[in-house]
Amino acid sequence: MNPYQTLRFALGGLAANKVRSGLTMLGVLIGVAAVILLLAVGNGSSQAVRDSIEKLGTNALTVSPGSGFGTARTATATRPLTVDDARALAEPGQAPDVESVAPEVTTSQTALYQGTSHTVGQVVGTYPAYFEASNSKVAQGDYFSDDDVLNSRKVAVIGSTTATDLFGTVSPVGKKIVLGGTPFTVVGELATKGGTGFQDPDDVVIAPLPTVQNAFTGFGSLNQILVEAKSASATTAAQNEITSVLMGRHGITDPSALDFRVSNQASLLTTQASTTQTFTVLLGAVAAISLLVGGIGITNIMLVTVTERTREIGIRKAIGAPKGVILGQFLAESTLLSLVGGGLGVAVGLIGARFTIVGIRPVVIPQSVVGAFAIAVAIGLFFGGYPANRAASLRPIEALRHE
Amino acid sequence: MTPALRLRRRATQRPAAPAPRTAACGPAPVIEVRSLVKTYGHGDATVRALRGPRDPDTGEPSGVDLTVGQGDLVAVMGSSGSGKSTLMNILGCLDVPTSGRYLLDGLDTGGLDEHQLSLVRNRKIGFVFQSFNLVPRTPALAQVELPLAYAGVRAAERRSRAMAALTLVGLADRMDHRPNELSGGQQQRVAVARALVTAPALLLADEPTGNLDSRSTEDVLAVIDRLNASGRTVVLITHEDEVARHAKRVLRLVDGRIVSDVRQAPVDGPPPALRDPAAFAAGRTGGER
Repeated sequence: MNPYQTLRFALGGLAANKVRSGLTMLGVLIGVAAVILLLAVGNGSSQAVRDSIEKLGTNALTVSPGSGFGTARTATATRPLTVDDARALAEPGQAPDVESVAPEVTTSQTALYQGTSHTVGQVVGTYPAYFEASNSKVAQGDYFSDDDVLNSRKVAVIGSTTATDLFGTVSPVGKKIVLGGTPFTVVGELATKGGTGFQDPDDVVIAPLPTVQNAFTGFGSLNQILVEAKSASATTAAQNEITSVLMGRHGITDPSALDFRVSNQASLLTTQASTTQTFTVLLGAVAAISLLVGGIGITNIMLVTVTERTREIGIRKAIGAPKGVILGQFLAESTLLSLVGGGLGVAVGLIGARFTIVGIRPVVIPQSVVGAFAIAVAIGLFFGGYPANRAASLRPIEALRHE
Repeated sequence: MTPALRLRRRATQRPAAPAPRTAACGPAPVIEVRSLVKTYGHGDATVRALRGPRDPDTGEPSGVDLTVGQGDLVAVMGSSGSGKSTLMNILGCLDVPTSGRYLLDGLDTGGLDEHQLSLVRNRKIGFVFQSFNLVPRTPALAQVELPLAYAGVRAAERRSRAMAALTLVGLADRMDHRPNELSGGQQQRVAVARALVTAPALLLADEPTGNLDSRSTEDVLAVIDRLNASGRTVVLITHEDEVARHAKRVLRLVDGRIVSDVRQAPVDGPPPALRDPAAFAAGRTGGER
């Protein structure tokens, strides 16, 4: 009895009930395809988060006024952040891990260009260091310079959404826009950042800090200070330095009663990444369950097959089939079911992963393909083993008498 | 052949057992059954399917004794419930006796494990059933090749032997037909071909003509007659006198006991139907059913 012969018997057995075999395979197919596809979707979404972390610049820290959640608000009156605070942070002696500091004021204004009106989501007044820290690059034109800041020149760098809304396809560089009644000369247009947040990061106008303070916000407090650490690994040290410098300046001794917050955007996104990780695991678990159900389907069908073919088993035993051959035949049948089902499932999973699903581009994890296929085949062997063993252990006379 | 089977031809050197009846003449008997008892169930519900005559001293059943020599054609007759099918299943190694010994072709089947029993069924016994028992959806040729496949015979040899066996039963033109494309008589002849393709020592037939019309019965019995004439030992179960007439020896079973043992023709030589075909045909009682 060679393996080829066993395989032929198994194929014959499966072909005898094509619809049943097909449906059983479909169960395994769906299981395997679900594992591959859902893990690819989960992986794709965490990949998207990783990409946006890289876009943001991992070295950036934001200092914003106000106490953190859950801290005592009554301890001291909240002191606003000032340009002097920002200058103090920029001193290398006090904060050696800080690369650059960009104080920010933000407002919202309506921009006009030749009769076209557009409400800009965010008008930012800041220093040139902002561009580096926030990972903003110009697509055309240039950044404004320190000289522009010192002289409070009315120049601006605009985001790509703002540029499209105001200028259409015309290059905005060198054009004059009117922002909240003040004319600004556009010196540069930022490259599109894109983003998934509710605020479009490309709908922005960035101008020198004193210009914006002069025109809109007044020379009071800052909205936030953007700090760039020397390196990604130095962000924690920089965060501590910022905290101690500002505590000294604001006269706070209790670390639990701060009137400012230093947040690390990268760590925020890391939290988000771990959330998507959980999401991926959940999706994987659901898929694994469907694979298991597919396996139970195989057991069920094989049990039915064994019961239905008890007489045939009896005949085969009566003409001298040893136990091993009967076992082999039924195991081969169940393994074939899972093998073909798993193979088709891999194909469906890989094809499905080429399409964008609910806005997420799936990224197939190679291990999940190999793993899902291997598990499907193992399930065929394992779940087929019980019915096959039952078939092989039947006593010939009992099997023959079975009706 | 496995070592287990090769080493077990030792019937003649059994020291304790009583001397077999036919031991004096020729080779070891194909079937030698001693004190065979088969019971089903327990306690009050015990059914003694095979018990043999009552022992005069103890009153306990002493079991069935039976010896069938090489080349014999034995018909076992009896009403339903007489134990003939039970006897047949034990002779075919499909079932095991409750007690007693069964030597098949000199080989004691009592000490064999399941794997060895499957080898015995494969090599030494050809079984023909009343209900044909062909493997569904399998063409006649593959059907007959099946026992050879289980025996591990190479494909080319398997094919030629299966074709020879099918030709012998007169089905050379039906090799690619599936069971559902064959008549009852043809199916039974495929079953006979399957039973004899391994050249077994013993051909067992459990009411081989029970489900057949008279024409097919003639066909199948003619095949069996020819096989026996060529030296094959055959044991068949029947309750038709018409079929029993073909046998060289007729046993009657009643309530698990052999009540009569009639020899119709000598062991050596052709079966009654081939000895004098004209007289045999003339002696047919009742004609067509």
